[in-house]
Amino acid sequence: MTASASEAQTFDRRPWLLLSPALVSVLLLLVIPTLFIVVYSFWLRTAVGAEQVGFFLDNWEEVLTDSFYHDILFQTLRIAAISTIICAVVGYIPAYFIAYTPTRHKTLLLLLLMLPFWVSYIIRTMSWINILGVSGAVNSTLMALGIITEPIQMLYNEATVILGLVHFLLPFMILNIYVSLDGIDRSLADAARSLGCTGWQAFREVTLPLSVPGLAAGALLCFVLGAGTYITPMVLGGPRNAMFANLVYEAIVTQLNWPLGSALSLLLLALLGTLVMVYSRFLGIDQIAKSFR
Amino acid sequence: MSLAWTAIRLGTVLVYLFMFAPIAVVMLLSFNANQFGSFPMEGLSPRWFIALIENDAIVRAFQTSVVLGLLTAIISTTMGVLAALAMVRYDFPGKRLISTALIAPILVPEVVLAVALLLFLRFLDVPRSFFLLLMGHVIFTLPFVVLVVQARLVGIRREYEEAAMSLGANAFETFRRVTLPLMLPAVMAGSLFAFTISFDDITGTLFWKPGGVETVPTQIFAMLRNSISPEINALGTVMVVFTVALPLLGAALARRLAAGMASGSR
Repeated sequence: MTASASEAQTFDRRPWLLLSPALVSVLLLLVIPTLFIVVYSFWLRTAVGAEQVGFFLDNWEEVLTDSFYHDILFQTLRIAAISTIICAVVGYIPAYFIAYTPTRHKTLLLLLLMLPFWVSYIIRTMSWINILGVSGAVNSTLMALGIITEPIQMLYNEATVILGLVHFLLPFMILNIYVSLDGIDRSLADAARSLGCTGWQAFREVTLPLSVPGLAAGALLCFVLGAGTYITPMVLGGPRNAMFANLVYEAIVTQLNWPLGSALSLLLLALLGTLVMVYSRFLGIDQIAKSFR
Repeated sequence: MSLAWTAIRLGTVLVYLFMFAPIAVVMLLSFNANQFGSFPMEGLSPRWFIALIENDAIVRAFQTSVVLGLLTAIISTTMGVLAALAMVRYDFPGKRLISTALIAPILVPEVVLAVALLLFLRFLDVPRSFFLLLMGHVIFTLPFVVLVVQARLVGIRREYEEAAMSLGANAFETFRRVTLPLMLPAVMAGSLFAFTISFDDITGTLFWKPGGVETVPTQIFAMLRNSISPEINALGTVMVVFTVALPLLGAALARRLAAGMASGSR
C-alpha cells in the first residue's frame, strides 16, 4: 500500500539482491530440473539402454493405461488417506490437551512434541521391527507369558506400513491442530455453554469448526508426505505393499529407465501438486508456516 | 466435563507413549548384552557401541554425514537468512509468489525433487557425486531455514537499527553491531535445523549418493536389508543422541547469548 507509492518513484533493488541467491537456487535446482523431466518423459529408452531424444508418448501411454500402475496408485492413495484419517483422530486428543492444559505441562509437552522431528525417519521406522518382529518385544512377551509357543509374523503387510506412517506423521498433525486450537478465543466456547450448550455441543459447534484450518493443514502435510514415501513400504511392508514412490525408485535406481521414471514422478507430482494447489486456493499456504512460530 | 478431561489426559499419555516407546526400545536394546540383541535382555553391555567404532564403514558414513550436514547448514543458512531478511524487512510486488517459490522445495514430494535434480545434473554431465548430494540437501533444507529464520526475525524491532543510525553509525556498522547480534539466535536456529534435516535425510540421499558413499541413514538402511542387528540399534542410539542433544545444546547456548547481550547492553 505505502510501498506502491514509493515504488513509483524508485525501484528498490535491495530485497531482490537479498533474495537472489535463494531464488537462483530454487530456479536452478528445482524449477528447471522439473521442467527438464517433463521433456525427458517424452524421450525413449532403447533396448541397448541409451536414450532416444524425441517426442514419444510411449512412457505416458504405459503409465496411464497399464492397470499395474493404476492399482499401485490407488493403493498409495488409500494407504495415505487411511494414515491421514488415523492421524487426525488420534492426533486431535493430545493437541486439545496441550492447548487447554495449565501452563506447567504445556511447555514440556510441546518440547517433547518437537523431539520426533529431530529423530531420523529411518530410525523411527525401523524401531517397529524391535517391537513387532519375530524376536521383538511383543512376541517375546507373549511367549514368556506362555500365550503363544511360536512367534507370530506381524510385520511386512499393509497394516504395518500404515502403522509406520502414522508414527512418522503424527507429530505434524498434532502440531498443526494445536496451533489452530491455540488461536481460538476461549470466550466463544464459554459463551456457547452459558447459552445452554453441553460441553460436547460447545466443542462440536464452536471449537471443532474453528480448528478446521489446522486440521486441514495437518491433513495436507500428512497426506502429501505419506503418499510420497518409499522408505516405509521398503522397511515395514511386504512385496505386495509397494507404493507409487517405490515404482519411481525402481525405475530410476534399479532399472535405470529414466524416461519412464520421469513420467512416473511427474504423475505423482501432478496428483499431489493439484491437492496442494486446491488447498492453498481455499485456505492459503500460510497456515502451514504458522507452526514454525 | 472432568470425566471427559480425564479421558483426554489418558489419551494424550497413550499417544505420547506410542510416539516414544519404539525409540526408547531402540535405545534400550542397544545396550543389550545378548548375542542377537533381541529380547529377552541379558544385562547391559557397551559391546555394540565398541563394535560401531571398530566398523570402518560406519565411521566413514558418520564422517560423510557430519561434513555434508555442516556444509549444507553453512550454504543453506546463508541463503535462507538473506531471503528471510528480504521477506521480513521489505514490501515489494510479487511477494506472495516469491514466498511460495521459497517453500516450493517442500511442497514438491521429495522423490520428485530427487529425480528431477538427479536427471537434470546428469544431463549436464554432473554424475552422482558429493556435489550433487550437497546441492540436493541445500535445496531441500532451504525452505525450513527460511521459515524458521523468518519467524524469529519478525520479533526484532526496527527501532534498534534506526537508533544506531541516528547515533551516527553507518549502514555496515549498524548491521555488524546491531542487526547481526540480534539475528544470531535466528541464524543459529536456522543452521541447526538445516544440519539436522540434512543429517537425518534418507529419501533424497538414496537417489543422489554416489556408489560406495554412505551417510548414516543410508548405512542403517543398507544394514536393514540383512536383518535387524544390535549394531543398528546402537547406531540409531548414537544418531538420536547426536540429533536431539545438538538442538537442546543450541537452544541453551542461544539463551545464554541472549542473556549475555541483554546484560551487556546496559
